[in-house]
Amino acid sequence: MHSFSRNLRQRATVILIGLALLALASLVFSGMTGSVSIPLSDIPAAVNELLHGQSTTLASTLVELRVSRATTAFVTGASLSLAGVMMQALLRNPLADPYVLGISGGASVGALAALLFMCAAWVVDASAFAGAVIVSMMLYLLARRDLRGGTAAEGGTSTLLLTGAILLSACMALVTLMLSIAPESRLRSMVFWMIGDLSGAPLRWLPWIVLGGALAFALRNARAMNVMALHAEAASTLGIRIGALRKGLFFISGLLTASAVTNAGSIGFVGLIVPHACRFAVGPDHRVLIPAAALAGGTFLLLADTLARTIIAPQQLPVGVVTALIGAPVFLYQLHRLRK
Amino acid sequence: MISTHNLSLNIGQRKLIADLNWRVRDGECWSVIGRNGAGKSTLLRTLAGLRTPDAGRVDIGDRPIADWPLAELARQRAFLAQSRSDAFSYSVIETVLSARHPYHGNRYWEDSDDHAAAIKALEAMEVADLAERDVRTLSGGERQRVAIAAMLAQDTPLLLLDEPANALDLAHQVSVMGLLARLCREQAKTAVMIGHDLTLAHGVSTHALLLMGDGRWLAGTTAEVMRADILGEYLGHPIDIIQHGKRSIFIPKEDIA
Repeated sequence: MHSFSRNLRQRATVILIGLALLALASLVFSGMTGSVSIPLSDIPAAVNELLHGQSTTLASTLVELRVSRATTAFVTGASLSLAGVMMQALLRNPLADPYVLGISGGASVGALAALLFMCAAWVVDASAFAGAVIVSMMLYLLARRDLRGGTAAEGGTSTLLLTGAILLSACMALVTLMLSIAPESRLRSMVFWMIGDLSGAPLRWLPWIVLGGALAFALRNARAMNVMALHAEAASTLGIRIGALRKGLFFISGLLTASAVTNAGSIGFVGLIVPHACRFAVGPDHRVLIPAAALAGGTFLLLADTLARTIIAPQQLPVGVVTALIGAPVFLYQLHRLRK
Repeated sequence: MISTHNLSLNIGQRKLIADLNWRVRDGECWSVIGRNGAGKSTLLRTLAGLRTPDAGRVDIGDRPIADWPLAELARQRAFLAQSRSDAFSYSVIETVLSARHPYHGNRYWEDSDDHAAAIKALEAMEVADLAERDVRTLSGGERQRVAIAAMLAQDTPLLLLDEPANALDLAHQVSVMGLLARLCREQAKTAVMIGHDLTLAHGVSTHALLLMGDGRWLAGTTAEVMRADILGEYLGHPIDIIQHGKRSIFIPKEDIA
């Protein structure tokens, strides 16, 4: 029996190191690939140049551009995937995703309104973030009962889920309204924002800070999330403060979603299929699942974005199209295998 | 071990239990008996701290339940819910290991003690061979035994069980109830359980609490309160008791129709 916990730890270490190496390899691959491909042998020199703060050669300039876009893709994918895991644990439903509660809907309304009035890029981002925050606040006020703290945790999260679904459809109605009155010239940028696009996304530190904080929170509460996923309300008899945990999951996953959506628009499917695939591959134990899903989500979106900008180069596809085109069949296949 | 002081429970406007003053001592095994909707589960959830009383209070040890830190309380009492829903594909062993949560403090992984406790609990419930199975693929009775195993792994002096014999086949009803009675007798554990099988309850319990559902209640040893006239009144149907060797068999009187 002595080897049991060591086995668990070893397995987790192997999985996570494997995923981290895969992420790194994808980053290098994405730096090499594009309209002008750079051979692997030139990469070290280019990276070296970048690290010394100068980019004189074509290779280093291209690598800088590509890698900064790739890291943005990574942090967005990791955020969405982690938010998905947390939302699924919060709602105790493996089919939940970060968008199910309408937080992304609020961001869409904000961003599209800003695009409609031809605001500057930073206003679009700020307005998207504000939309996400407003929907979160409304959700919290309307479904407070499900998120109440204290020992006596009664009932599930059905009020939260239903309120979220209604808010989402209200937001979508506003989005449709704006799309239908928008002049032709702005329609394209609005639709691209809705699908999720990384082409204009600059490299920023804020999403990394949000992701780091959320990951720390999730890892700290990984065991508690297991107990809550397994025992629902009775988890409080095992010493879990359900109200506080639900509140934490709600706010942190909302923040992650808002950060990801502000960064790159509402990219679909990553928050649903990556946690699902990871659960299928490494099991539902959140202690392994949380870091694995973050790494896999980042890698998945990075590769999807590399595909999006190369598949019909020089034209670039919005990455949301690629994730949905890959995501839908993969998800159906998984579901089919699970049911058998 | 656990006591209630002027405890009242209401559902909506309806009074289920009024002024319950009740004391359960170490090593006692109580059965809570009453009709559907008489407030049995509501009482048990209140004892577990999952519901706040409408009046009065519950003490565990000498401390009101609200004054216990949750983690410490989780080492004092375990609760078996009436039903379970499994949303994720956890394995049986993970399910049981999760019940060791109150002993983990800040550790990230379980250690071999936890694993040994989990295996022991699975063996006691005769489900050790299912350890690697996905809980969602188990039959109702197997799932119930895994849930009871998790409770045993939690290793608390007080056990609160809402219909432990639910979904169990005849042989496991007898063995599970026998195990509970043995835990009370030999390890001075305390159990409060809900059950509808009077014969089984009489066989394992030392005491019984009868609930009428309109506020009235009656507590005492099984010899005092599990009498045909009292049970008939509380259950709303006349009961016959047949002596079979040392055992008392409880059967409902047939309707004269």
